[in-house]
Amino acid sequence: MSIVTVQLGQCGNQIGHEVFNAICSDVHGTHGLCSKKENESYHDACKERFFCEEESEVPIARAVLVDMEPKVISQTLSMAARSGYWKYDDRSRFCQKQGSGNNWANGYSVHGPRHKEVIMNLVQKEAEKCDRLGGFFTIMSMAGGTGSGLGAFVTQCLRDAFPTSFILNHVIWPYGTGEVIVQNYNSVLTLSHLYQSSDALLVHENDVIHKICAQLMNIKQISFRDVNQVIAHQLGSVFQPTYTAEGGLHYSRNPLGIDWQVQPPSRLLPPLQPFPNRPLHFNTSIANLVILRGKDTHSVDLGSFRDPSLYTSWLNPRDAFNAWKTPRAFNKYEKSASLVSNSQFLLKPLDNVVGKAWNMFASKAYIHQYTKFGIEEEDFLDSFTALEQVISSYTILC
Amino acid sequence: MAQSVVVQVGQCGNQVGCRFWDLALREHAAVNKNGIYDEALSSFFRNVDTRGGGDGPGIYKGKICSLKARALLIDMEEGVVNEILQGPLRDVFDSKQLITDVSGSGNNWAVGHKLYGYQYREKIVEKLRKTAEHCDCLQCFFIIHSMGGGTGSGLGTFVLNVLEDEFPEVYRFVTSVYPSGEDDVITSPYNSVLAMKELNEHADCVLPIENESLFDIVNKIHQMISSGKLGSTVKQNSLVTSSAGSARTVQEKPFDAMNNIVANLLLNLTSSARFEGSLNMDLNEISMNLVPFPRLHYLVSSLTPLYTLADVNVPSRRLDQMFSDAFSRDHQLIQADPKHSLYLACALLVRGNVQVSDLRRNIERLKPSLHFVSWNQEGWKTGLCSVPPVGHSHSLLALANNTCVKPTFTELKDRFMKLYKKKAHLHHYLHIDGMEQSCFSEAISSLSDLIEEYNELDATKGGPRTDPSRLQIAV
Repeated sequence: MSIVTVQLGQCGNQIGHEVFNAICSDVHGTHGLCSKKENESYHDACKERFFCEEESEVPIARAVLVDMEPKVISQTLSMAARSGYWKYDDRSRFCQKQGSGNNWANGYSVHGPRHKEVIMNLVQKEAEKCDRLGGFFTIMSMAGGTGSGLGAFVTQCLRDAFPTSFILNHVIWPYGTGEVIVQNYNSVLTLSHLYQSSDALLVHENDVIHKICAQLMNIKQISFRDVNQVIAHQLGSVFQPTYTAEGGLHYSRNPLGIDWQVQPPSRLLPPLQPFPNRPLHFNTSIANLVILRGKDTHSVDLGSFRDPSLYTSWLNPRDAFNAWKTPRAFNKYEKSASLVSNSQFLLKPLDNVVGKAWNMFASKAYIHQYTKFGIEEEDFLDSFTALEQVISSYTILC
Repeated sequence: MAQSVVVQVGQCGNQVGCRFWDLALREHAAVNKNGIYDEALSSFFRNVDTRGGGDGPGIYKGKICSLKARALLIDMEEGVVNEILQGPLRDVFDSKQLITDVSGSGNNWAVGHKLYGYQYREKIVEKLRKTAEHCDCLQCFFIIHSMGGGTGSGLGTFVLNVLEDEFPEVYRFVTSVYPSGEDDVITSPYNSVLAMKELNEHADCVLPIENESLFDIVNKIHQMISSGKLGSTVKQNSLVTSSAGSARTVQEKPFDAMNNIVANLLLNLTSSARFEGSLNMDLNEISMNLVPFPRLHYLVSSLTPLYTLADVNVPSRRLDQMFSDAFSRDHQLIQADPKHSLYLACALLVRGNVQVSDLRRNIERLKPSLHFVSWNQEGWKTGLCSVPPVGHSHSLLALANNTCVKPTFTELKDRFMKLYKKKAHLHHYLHIDGMEQSCFSEAISSLSDLIEEYNELDATKGGPRTDPSRLQIAV
């Protein structure tokens, strides 16, 4: 099964490029201790998933590149081609000249409708190239104008055009202390809209990745390239082929088959009573996925991930926890483990962003920049309401 | 990529403009080694085939044939423009993109705005349309002018009105040189206040500049060089005041050093729109992030470093010094101290070998000593452009929307009132067709309102912070 990636805005395109790089270098790299046959199987599954093989050329990424200004896409295309291992389809891109000016309303209400047809045509072409379409993976930041605003619009269009496909949005959470002054407005508008069309939001926070670069990797002068490469490495470790529990002898065909849609029980919950011996410093989870790659994956004890105290009381860890494995090592690491989690971990950052946005909204600062393009105060209020509900739902998990 | 057009009006506007084009060519020559007409060049220059003599058709790709500035030169005297057209930059300007007259505006805003405005309106619109036609995506007009005289001030703000009427979707960035207290033009307060009303109402962003600040920076550099305090030699072409390496090889004229600073400001402002980087900052983003309320669009700018030493190794301490300097009083291009006033928003545009961690570290370090308005505590907009300015390995442009502009405006108002109370020189203005007493009262009223908005913001500084309560959701 194949995934079509949609790279949106400067951030989306810069990260997308690093993701394909990471995947490609993993495939060409050492396969660790697994057998040659295993490796070939892995290779084939990965290729089908992310690349289209043309006759004599290098593999072509299944991706659509979208940006409202041309500089980043030009750079991205040429860097990929220079690698010699893979490239993008030159025609699978859409650019404009002026950018979105960090204005969500410009991205969503102006660029979106104006360029919907052209962009969706490109997506359709990529989708048709797939024998079996697994779903869509969009990469965007929430802080700017294109990734966030146009990204939200495109996600909606994807949902309308492909009602049964899985849509996974990769969302970059900006640094807390300002990359863009109106980032909190853009974030609130993006998240509230994505919630309506997306199946899952996979989040990376710049502050967290920055800490990884500084403290774990000891990089002295951290650049965005460093940050993007860490993100790409993490994404690669999630998306590269694995065996799921049911899959048995074949690599799982559906890479995005994570069922994240969970509904709490409909009857009223009793008031909060902490479990005896419940460790209060864990974020309560709805679901967790552990991915193990490389050496000794079969002998690993994953018991602690099934501890009921990690999960909300209305879920059985048996249903909430999944483990995927492969003996094939990832990106030169003899063994590696990844954790994808749907839990309260994002509660504090989300609450922060909504709080700051609300604070600014109360003073009406910058609102004229949005109303200029058709996003009114009521639209803001709707978005705030939607996110307060999300915050509330996650807060009362116990 | 989008294009920008520069409209330089009056003596000051044209002299600064001339330095801008000279240094822009120098910057592109340093980066563009193959002589290919690329997207970066196209933002300010056309590529024209002049082999047939005169202005030929535009060439959109391939080798550079003849570069023409996307500019409109306007002056009601011929002296300055003629000099430009006879100087080393004569081939850079399209001979048809000029509007000149002979007698000047006599330092009278009314003559510039009402008389010449009315007279030349059609011609102005025609020539603006011509430059716009040469652009496939026109994003921004840059107006360069002074506030204290007659042409730059009066006709310059008339052009601003025309731009809004004819090209409402295109951004209008205005670089305005404000007169100092000891300005020898007696009526400069009148001209400036009348012009301010136009800036309030029709500009998207204004970058005020004061000659005193430019003069202080020039002096500071001279002192540093002559005192021998700098260990190794200074790279000549790195001086923010220098024309070294540009087309102007003859003895520099008196205002050149000061005008070079303003030219560098504009180059740095547009660098991220022209060149690539890991975090681009386009012109429309500057307007979006730095203008929280429509009328509060005055941005205080500062440029660092002012020069580079010949040794290229930059330990991060020196990099941090660059950030500290950007907030110091003597690097600002107007007489203002942003550190002790209130920030509404701040943008940092970094060029060269600087990474996101350097930015973060310095923002964390400097934040505690700065005062931000309560609803924008983390009001930072940042940009990283990979291409440094000529002679530097890195540089920083800081743009602040800060209440420290207020003193400039209140002093202007005071000087205006001093004259206006005595009705001094008013008759020179009132006898121009279209000028009435109400023009003056409306202008001073507009300025007073603006000052009052800054006052209200200042009143919130340091006060208790009560965040508004959040929406309550029924679960």
